[in-house]
Amino acid sequence: MILTVENLSVDFATGGGLLHAVRDVSFTLDAGEVVGIVGESGSGKSVTAQSILRIIPANGRIAAGDIRFRDRSVLALDGEELRRFRGREVAMIFQEPGRSFDPIYSIGKSLAETIRAHQPDLGEDEIRERSIRLLEEVHVTNPERRLENFPHQFSGGLLQRIMIAHALASDPTVLIADEPTTALDVTIQAGIVDLLLELRRRRNVAILFITHNLALISSFADRLVVMYGGLVMEEGRTVDVLRSPRHPYTAGLLASLVPFGAHHSQQSLFILSGAPPNPMAPEPGCPFAPRCPLAKPGCREAIPEIRTDGGSRVRCIVEGPK
Amino acid sequence: MIHFDSIVKHYPLEAGFFAREEHKVFAVNGVDFRVEPGEIYGLVGESGCGKTTTARLLVRMERLTGGNILFRSRDGREFRLAGIGRADLAALRSRVRYVFQDPARSLNPRLSIREVLLSGYRYSPRWPGRSRAEEEARSLIQEVGLSVGDLDRRPADFSGGQRQRISIARALITQPEVLICDEVVSALDVSIQGQILNLLLRLREERGLTMIFIAHDLAVVGYVSDRIGVMYRGVLVEEAPARTLMANRRHPYTQYLFESLPVLRTDGESHRRRGDPALRATFSRRADATENPVSDATFLEMDEPEPGHRVSRIFSDAPRR
Repeated sequence: MILTVENLSVDFATGGGLLHAVRDVSFTLDAGEVVGIVGESGSGKSVTAQSILRIIPANGRIAAGDIRFRDRSVLALDGEELRRFRGREVAMIFQEPGRSFDPIYSIGKSLAETIRAHQPDLGEDEIRERSIRLLEEVHVTNPERRLENFPHQFSGGLLQRIMIAHALASDPTVLIADEPTTALDVTIQAGIVDLLLELRRRRNVAILFITHNLALISSFADRLVVMYGGLVMEEGRTVDVLRSPRHPYTAGLLASLVPFGAHHSQQSLFILSGAPPNPMAPEPGCPFAPRCPLAKPGCREAIPEIRTDGGSRVRCIVEGPK
Repeated sequence: MIHFDSIVKHYPLEAGFFAREEHKVFAVNGVDFRVEPGEIYGLVGESGCGKTTTARLLVRMERLTGGNILFRSRDGREFRLAGIGRADLAALRSRVRYVFQDPARSLNPRLSIREVLLSGYRYSPRWPGRSRAEEEARSLIQEVGLSVGDLDRRPADFSGGQRQRISIARALITQPEVLICDEVVSALDVSIQGQILNLLLRLREERGLTMIFIAHDLAVVGYVSDRIGVMYRGVLVEEAPARTLMANRRHPYTQYLFESLPVLRTDGESHRRRGDPALRATFSRRADATENPVSDATFLEMDEPEPGHRVSRIFSDAPRR
C-alpha cells in the first residue's frame, strides 16, 4: 500500500461556525492502482484530495486521522521534507488548466521552472531536452516549437496535457487528478483518460481520480470510493459498485443519470428528491437519510458505522439495499 | 415561430483604424433553421461551435453580421432582429427570456428573492403595477416549487438547484413565449438535474412555452428536446427529431461527437476509445472557426435524406465507416 488515508476528519472555521467537510474517511491506494473518488458538490471529495498534499485552505484543519505514504505520516512532514513529498512523490492536476498557468510565462519557461525545482543541478540544455521529452510523453506535437508558445495559444485539452507534463516532471508515484476533464469538451475528455491510462501502464503511477462523472470513471477505475456529506458511503471494486450498488445513495445516483437515448415522450426520469445536506447544519444521523427511500427511524439517530464485507465497505444500517 | 434565416456573426480579430477587415472569426456562419411554437429545440456542439452565439443573437445580446432572425409572436406581431428598433427590442425581450448557466453568478446576492423576481420586469414594457407584480411573484415562486416565505430570503440561502428555480421564475415573470435555456443544468449535481428538467417539461406543458435548450450533455439534450440541431465550427451540420438523431446519426461530425460521450459501463470492460480514428483525426481540431472553413457557395446546402432530417454537405466528405 503506498498511500493510506485513515479516519481522516477535516474541519473549516467559518463565520457560521465549524464546518465538518470530511468525516472519518479511510481508503487506500496501491502502486499502479486507479481509485476513483465519486461524489457531488459538498461531498468532501476535493478536500480529501487536498488534505493528502496538505494544501487545504488556511481556515481548514485536519482534526483527526492520519495520512500515510509508504509508512510515513504525511502529517508529520515539515519544510524541505514536505516540499519533496509534494511533486516528487505525489503530484496533482486540477480542473481548470487555463487558470493554472501564468499567462506571461511561455510554456518552456514554466516547465523549466518546474524541472529546476526538482533537479536544481541540470543545465539549460538538459532542461530543454527534458522539457521536450515530457511534452512528447503527453503527446503534444511539435514540442520544440510549442515551448516558445504562451498559454493562450493552446486549447483547454492541450493545456491539460501540459499540466500533466508538469506533474510528471518529478517522476511521482501517485498522481491526484481533481476533476481534470470537467471543464473540457466531451470530445477531449476521452483523450485525457487515454493519456492517464497510458502513464499508468508505462510508469506504473497510481492515480487518485476525483470526479462527479460516473460514466467517465466507470471504464477507468479499479475501485470506487463513493462520498456523500463528508462521509465514505460505499467502497468497492468498480464493477461491483456499479452493477450492484449496496448503498441506497449509490443506487439513487446511478438511477438519476439520464440514460443515453431516453426521451421524455417515452419515459420519466428517476428523481432523487431533496438536496445534498447543508454542511453547516448536518443532521445527526446518516446524511442521506432525509432523501433515502429506504430510511428507517434508526437512520436519523446516529451515523452508521462503516461495515467491511469481503472486498467492499458500506455505511448503511439497512440490510442488503437494492 | 422563430426563423434563424442564414444568420452570420463574425468578430474582428484586430481593432482600430488599421484593422484588416479580412482578419475575423466566424462564430456563426450561415446557420438556417426554424423553431416551431411549443417545441423544445436542442442545440449541441463543442465549446466555440457557435450555439450560444446563435441564442444570444435572438435577444440581441450580440448583433447580427448578416442574415436575419424572424420571430412571430402568438399575438401575430412580427419582429426582425436586423435593424430592430428600441421599442420592438423591449417588446421582444419580454417575450423571449434567457436563463443562464450558473445561478450562483446570475442572481444579485444583495436582493431578496422578491426583488430578484420583480427585477425580471426591468426594461419590460409590461410592468403591471406593484401589487399585481407582487401577486405574480407569489404565484410564480410556488409554480417553480418553492414557497411564498422564500420571497424574503436571499440567494445565498438556497442550494444550486433552488437558485436555478429562482432564475426560471424570474424569466417567467414577463409571461414569455420563448425560454432560452443555456446550460441550465450543467452546473447542478446529477441528483438535482432531473428535478430541473422535469420542471422545464412541466412548464412547457402548462404554459405552452417554446424553448431553445443548449447543453453539452448529449443524453440530457436527447431526453428533453423534440428536435436537435448539431453545430460545428459555426455551421449547422445536422438537424433531426431528437429520437431520430439519438438512433441514427448521419453526419460524420455528429457521429464523432456522440461517440466521444462516455457511457456507464458495468461490465468491467476497461477503457477503450470508441469511434473511428479517422473521424477523430478529421474533427479533433479546435472547434472554433478561426479560419473560414467553407466556401460561401455551399454552406447553406443541406440534404434531406428523410423528412425532417437535414444533413449538411460541409465536412460530409470526411471518411465514413
